Amino acid sequence: MAMRIVAESARLLGAPRLIPIASTHIDGALYHGDSGTLFAERLVEGGAKVAVRSTLNVGALDLMGCSRIRLEEPRRGMARRMMEAYRKLGCEQSWTCAPYQAGHRPAQGSDVAWGESNAVVFCNSVLGARTNRYGDFLDIACAITGRAPDYGLHRPDNRRARLVFDVSGLSPSFLASEIAWPVLGSLYGREVGNAIGVVTGVAGHPGEDALKAFGAAAASSGAVGLFHIAGVTPEAPDAETILAAPEPEAVIRVTPEMVAKARGGLSTAAAPKAIDAVAIGSPHLSPAELDSLERLIAGRRLAVPIYACTGRHALALLEQDGGRKRLEGSGVVIVADTCVVVTPIMPDLGNGVLMTNSGKFAHYAPGNTGYAVLYASLADCVESAVLGRPVFTDIAA
Amino acid sequence: MSAPAEILVPGKAGEGEALVLTAPISFWGGVDPKTGRIADVRHPQHGEVIAGKVLFLPGTIGSSSASAVLMELVHNGRAPAALVLHEPDAILLLGLISAREMGWETPMAVRLERDRFDGFRDSRTVVDTNGSIDLVPNTYDRPA
Repeated sequence: MAMRIVAESARLLGAPRLIPIASTHIDGALYHGDSGTLFAERLVEGGAKVAVRSTLNVGALDLMGCSRIRLEEPRRGMARRMMEAYRKLGCEQSWTCAPYQAGHRPAQGSDVAWGESNAVVFCNSVLGARTNRYGDFLDIACAITGRAPDYGLHRPDNRRARLVFDVSGLSPSFLASEIAWPVLGSLYGREVGNAIGVVTGVAGHPGEDALKAFGAAAASSGAVGLFHIAGVTPEAPDAETILAAPEPEAVIRVTPEMVAKARGGLSTAAAPKAIDAVAIGSPHLSPAELDSLERLIAGRRLAVPIYACTGRHALALLEQDGGRKRLEGSGVVIVADTCVVVTPIMPDLGNGVLMTNSGKFAHYAPGNTGYAVLYASLADCVESAVLGRPVFTDIAA
Repeated sequence: MSAPAEILVPGKAGEGEALVLTAPISFWGGVDPKTGRIADVRHPQHGEVIAGKVLFLPGTIGSSSASAVLMELVHNGRAPAALVLHEPDAILLLGLISAREMGWETPMAVRLERDRFDGFRDSRTVVDTNGSIDLVPNTYDRPA
């Protein structure tokens, strides 16, 4: 069954052959309804096991017991059966959308089959490993067969940039700010769609968490599977090296106006007087991001909860140093193994307002949670949670 | 209006009102798997229901769980009557491939040039098992 799915996908995509893969990251274990559970259990019944290292993306339950998931029976039981089926298939119980920060970092140039749009884009762009955007069910089918269709981003020629996304027209202070990367990512995804571009005009490495935020936002607003940043990402020592032709097909010169519009587009709430919650951690928070959160809260009591979504890899470190207790003491709700847009965690308010620093949460929260969103920096999110009303620091592009 | 189209994933012939989306969509987070309603508030067709429609897609974006949402729509009897895409979508169509493996009846997915989508807008449309896409003649215009 797994090989038929891989072969049928290869036919659909026009791939001439299958290639061996080194690992997979599997997005198929998130409960969307009974069909996915039945599919995974069919594989288990057939005696299937993964042939390569396979980490799991988020599930619909917080198996660490940090947060209360409002998923009622029988859906709760079906979600648990689904997670159990993927465990039986031999997948690692990583339960994170940031596997690349949980020790799963394939070597540059290796072929892998990853799902979860942000993980795919990070794997290709920041690690330089080669994967297409593997959809649910093909990811596990590739894991079981150890093979993937040879097409798309597995082929070096298809990894070259055709567009230039030039941010040199933006102020250095904006580019150094935390909101620059999710906002630019959202704009980038909308501008390039599924094309491959190279970002130019970036002075230095903005840090792994910034690239994580850029990729996640770009993969939400577009179909981005790979980006390059000249002088930063491994396949683009400079723009010329990675461009497919001497002249790019188009140059997108990013202006402060474009940035302001993209930033505005991340919010759907119209000037609310109060907020009901803050959600951060899409992709899952790294230990460094959890440190920033604790530093910004500085022991104060929050008026509205901050839902801080992370993986068990970061939770273990947080518990070791007592950070979990301190954060929860302030009113932070730690969410592990899952997140607030994939399963019901936040109260069903009907017209709630959610503040977030994540371009990806900003994109999906309105449709998945019913909350209107306000986009802001982490610092503004924390101040707003302390006061219970939105506070914005002006950061001009 | 009639167009021969290439079959991407074979399935059951389908008839329904054509719903031509004017912007790409992420099925996960964009379509409610229980009802088939377009839930993405930023999408131009927000609030429309894709169940039973001949769905013309200008492209898909976003999550790699689009396949799971489509398979769930099939399982819940809320799938489109047929899908018309301008290029094969490796993620979305896996939902049909996997549903077929489960033995469930799936709609056809066919390929058509994007500039031909408009000719079908809001018209009753049928997609045959041979891949052809045709307007269903208005019953009032039919000769007796």
